[in-house]
Amino acid sequence: MNYIDHESVANKTNSRLLKNKVLKAIFLAATMFGLIVLAILLYRIVTQGSEYLSLEFFTSFASRIPENSGIKAAILGSIYLMLLVAPISMFLGVGTAVYLEEYAKKNKFTDFIRINISNLAGVPSVVFGLLGLTIFARFFGLGISLMAAALTMSLLILPIIIVASQEAVRSVPKELRDASYAMGATKWQTILRIVLPAAIPGILTGSILALSRAIGETAPLVVLGIPTILMFTPDSIMSTFTALPMQIFDWTKRPQVAFHDVAAAGIIVLMTLLIIMNSIAVFIRNKYQKRY
Amino acid sequence: MKSFKYLAMTTMLGSAIFLAACGGEEDEAANGTDGDATDAETSENEESASDTSGEEGELEGQVQGDGSSTVAPIMEAIVEEYAAAQPGVQVSSGVSGTGGGFEKFIAGETAFSNASRPIKEEEASALEEAGIEYTEVELGFDGLSVVVSQENDWVDHLTVEELKAMWVEDGEEKTWADIREGWPEEPIEYYSPGTDSGTYDYWNEVILEEDDIVRSATLSEDDNVLVQGVLGSPNAIGYFGYAYYLENQDTLKVVPIDNGEGPVEPTNETIESGEYAPLSRPLFTYVSNSSISENPAAADFITFAIENAGDLAEAVGYVRAPQELYDEDMETIESLK
Repeated sequence: MNYIDHESVANKTNSRLLKNKVLKAIFLAATMFGLIVLAILLYRIVTQGSEYLSLEFFTSFASRIPENSGIKAAILGSIYLMLLVAPISMFLGVGTAVYLEEYAKKNKFTDFIRINISNLAGVPSVVFGLLGLTIFARFFGLGISLMAAALTMSLLILPIIIVASQEAVRSVPKELRDASYAMGATKWQTILRIVLPAAIPGILTGSILALSRAIGETAPLVVLGIPTILMFTPDSIMSTFTALPMQIFDWTKRPQVAFHDVAAAGIIVLMTLLIIMNSIAVFIRNKYQKRY
Repeated sequence: MKSFKYLAMTTMLGSAIFLAACGGEEDEAANGTDGDATDAETSENEESASDTSGEEGELEGQVQGDGSSTVAPIMEAIVEEYAAAQPGVQVSSGVSGTGGGFEKFIAGETAFSNASRPIKEEEASALEEAGIEYTEVELGFDGLSVVVSQENDWVDHLTVEELKAMWVEDGEEKTWADIREGWPEEPIEYYSPGTDSGTYDYWNEVILEEDDIVRSATLSEDDNVLVQGVLGSPNAIGYFGYAYYLENQDTLKVVPIDNGEGPVEPTNETIESGEYAPLSRPLFTYVSNSSISENPAAADFITFAIENAGDLAEAVGYVRAPQELYDEDMETIESLK
């Protein structure tokens, strides 16, 4: 007896294989779409900006003459900003995550906090700028300073760091904690010596990704009123500054086409910074993440 | 554990070295700026700068400003030259727009506020309430340029009345034929600076006379968007600062404006003389009197600005103001010191 009708199978197989091929092509196109747009963007930026990229571009201030324009104030401002944002946001973020995961009791209040942290991640960055202007710049009297901007940026990326740190702390196996308690360690000793070291790679990866978001963010700085015209570098956390995205934004609005090319050079620098930071995050994740 | 400590140490050492390197850069760059300033183009300004500051010696202090993005290129040039003359004074200026700048000026956060239109009554009264006295300083002149695409071969000039009829919202879609007979029956596409800009305020006052702008107008805070919009369609019309027209004069067509005395095209001469009326407008910075009398750095900076504004305005694509205006401003500032 013939269980399989080979003829009808052959008939159907062809159409199935065809469907498979078509879908594969569609999904490939979907993947390529983003990549092609990115490639075009990169090509345009690099061809536009490369002629302005030189050592002087890093060591000179902005200028009315495009050839003399540089990003000294902007890049140093961005770096100082990150040096402030990193410790502030990591202290607050990791602290919150440890509290929520290790200390907080499971009740409605804790759930409420958790939901709101997730909500906070979805708040547009302009709103954080307004918050920073009202609270840090005006109410606390910090003015338009590095400190005010750093606190605003820290708030902006805090939800990302908290969620990443929570995940990292949660993924530390219970057995490790139990072993520590069994040796007579207190909760704090366990957190400091067992949980945090094991969770650090995850925390760092999340934090670096969050910082790379902060370094490219423009809207909160615009709302805070960070100046773009200045010819000095910050000398304290209370002094005013400018940042790379602000400088780029200012250049793209200029009438002279040459300034658009200078802006492209600035974009190359900013993108390189971002790629470096993201690579460090990937490197840490791959090298230090242990599986238990 | 060890690997983590190693990582932490590397990160810290790395950033320490990086910071040290940045610190070293500073002196080097300061010398560089001095060197650049001796270029032929800037040497003249350099001389006049050393005249004023030479005898007073090195000043130190901070001066903060904010305001119009139209004035920003002039202000940047002034700050750039001033930094070479007085490296000890930290001058900074934002570009929040004329209105946004005045908000901070009223809050007492800035010493000067750049504006591409005269101060409004409500702003002046708010300043009075806050107890802030101010002085108006002219930096240069700008001619709002009305432009169409080069493919537009019918517009030869526009009168102020025609401009008003064109730009005011009256509930109907307007075509070029509605403005003047014989022009094509194609709908007009409008491109205008955003409502927060001084440019819009000025247009609102002299052309719209406080009536609503056509609803179909595309508003953008970025003037380059307006340039692209007008370039893109033969039926488009837009207006923006003179510098944006100058940069794009090969691809755009400027419309001469008739204010009752024949069509006038915006040029350096017609803008400075005021012949290009009513769209020739002064660009200002408003200075708080108390900062002039209390902060020697601010007083010195504003003096420097008035002395050099004319040359620097021309260098960045604007027009110098008549010399009398600069002289008057200088007298007022001197009397406040």
